[in-house]
Amino acid sequence: MFARPGQASLHALGPIDLDLQTGEFFAVVGPSGCGKSTLLDVIAGLSPFTEGAIAINGKPVGQGVPEGLGAVFQDDASFPWLTVRDNIAFGLRQRGVGQAEIRERVTGALELMGLTDFARAYPAQLSGGMRQRVCIARTLVLEPRLILLDEPFGALDQQTRLLMGDELLNLWRQTRATVLLITHALDEAAMLADRVGVMSARPGRFLEIVETGWPRDRDSTIVARPEFGRITGRLWSLLRGESLKALRHQSEPR
Amino acid sequence: MRLATRLRIGVLVATVALVEGLCRAGVIGAFTMIPPSEMALSLWRLLRAGQVQADMRRTLTAVGIAVGSSIVVGIVAGAVVHALPRLRRTIDPLLAAYYSVPVFVFYPMFIVIFGLNDIPKVMIGFLYAVAVMIINTLNGLDRVAPVLLKTARVLRMSRAATALRVVLPCAAPYLFTGIKLAIAYSFIGVVGSEFILSSGGLGYQIGFAYHDFNNPTMYALILFILSFVLVVNMTLHAWEKALMARRGLR
Repeated sequence: MFARPGQASLHALGPIDLDLQTGEFFAVVGPSGCGKSTLLDVIAGLSPFTEGAIAINGKPVGQGVPEGLGAVFQDDASFPWLTVRDNIAFGLRQRGVGQAEIRERVTGALELMGLTDFARAYPAQLSGGMRQRVCIARTLVLEPRLILLDEPFGALDQQTRLLMGDELLNLWRQTRATVLLITHALDEAAMLADRVGVMSARPGRFLEIVETGWPRDRDSTIVARPEFGRITGRLWSLLRGESLKALRHQSEPR
Repeated sequence: MRLATRLRIGVLVATVALVEGLCRAGVIGAFTMIPPSEMALSLWRLLRAGQVQADMRRTLTAVGIAVGSSIVVGIVAGAVVHALPRLRRTIDPLLAAYYSVPVFVFYPMFIVIFGLNDIPKVMIGFLYAVAVMIINTLNGLDRVAPVLLKTARVLRMSRAATALRVVLPCAAPYLFTGIKLAIAYSFIGVVGSEFILSSGGLGYQIGFAYHDFNNPTMYALILFILSFVLVVNMTLHAWEKALMARRGLR
């Protein structure tokens, strides 16, 4: 994939040149308001862009969401009127997949996400972390080749985030999908990703792309390794100045 | 049975028993009110004699048309206004002020235009109900979280599918509240109109019985309307509660 969205009417993103490799886990960190989420929306075909080009597997992304793309957002997107099972089956039903296959895939996803006991529950009965799992499961059963995650754990507490990170790594390995994770948590990016793109303050562009060098088979215990501290430290040294800039910019009268 | 339910039934039974006792003891005179047991008996006799069925049919049909049209028009108008924010800003104060309009003042005008038939009372019922339906539709559409619409787009759903499978179920509890109120308001509009001036219907018959000093018929029909509206409303309320509880809204 190749992304080069340019200036929008609000100059949200600076020139960005990003080449995602098939099957990699790429994280984007940046100061608040730098356009991380805009980048995701543009790649997903949810926001129009004025300059540049995006292509997935050689096919250009224009208006509209490309095929084989899944996305999970920070806000709870579970459908409150459907049970967990029906929530997960929603996208499959939308595509007209057969009943038997839906049942099989949803049952698999329930197991994978540890939701089997809650299949008949409604989202209102679940915790925030579980609801986010429902949303992830709903995306995964569609077997997307590219998964975009916009701060999916943003509303969760630290311990839950680490555990969800483990699950995410597991899913990523099993599905062999390409993952693009937008996050403001440096440790999350350092722990999960193969590569971390560090964005500047608005208009966001990549200051540097940091390679973590983690093995494919990894989990949250790598936070105990000295490399983890080094990577997180590197990310922060790149970001510190930018975050200050963003903070000053935000406090300026508009 | 829950304690609250038992208490509720207890209060109802006690009130009816008290009124019954006061009527029987002569504290409340027979020209003022007849005992509730006689109201029920009178209603039973009227129904058996087939004297009130035509009026019931007439009133309930008028209410039904008023409810149906106000729901359809209210939802469509609500959806259109919601889609056009500028229009909404313009008419928002008007919608809020609408409640202060005593719609009945238009009744003579409607009779002049449409004649003394069932159309004017359906119009009054409709006008009472449609505003509340529009407002509840707007409220329901406001509650559709943007992230759900974003999800629908990522799932590459068409606009029609999004409206039907995401927006409608999401707004359903609020539409439901609107429907419940639309039924109540339509009843008020229709029965009230029948009281004022009409050629038939339950309201007309109650008024007629009143002028005729026919307390058994008057109270029998009042009892019927009261029970009918209560049963409809309580059924909808129970359904609504189940719907809301499932979503953790109440």
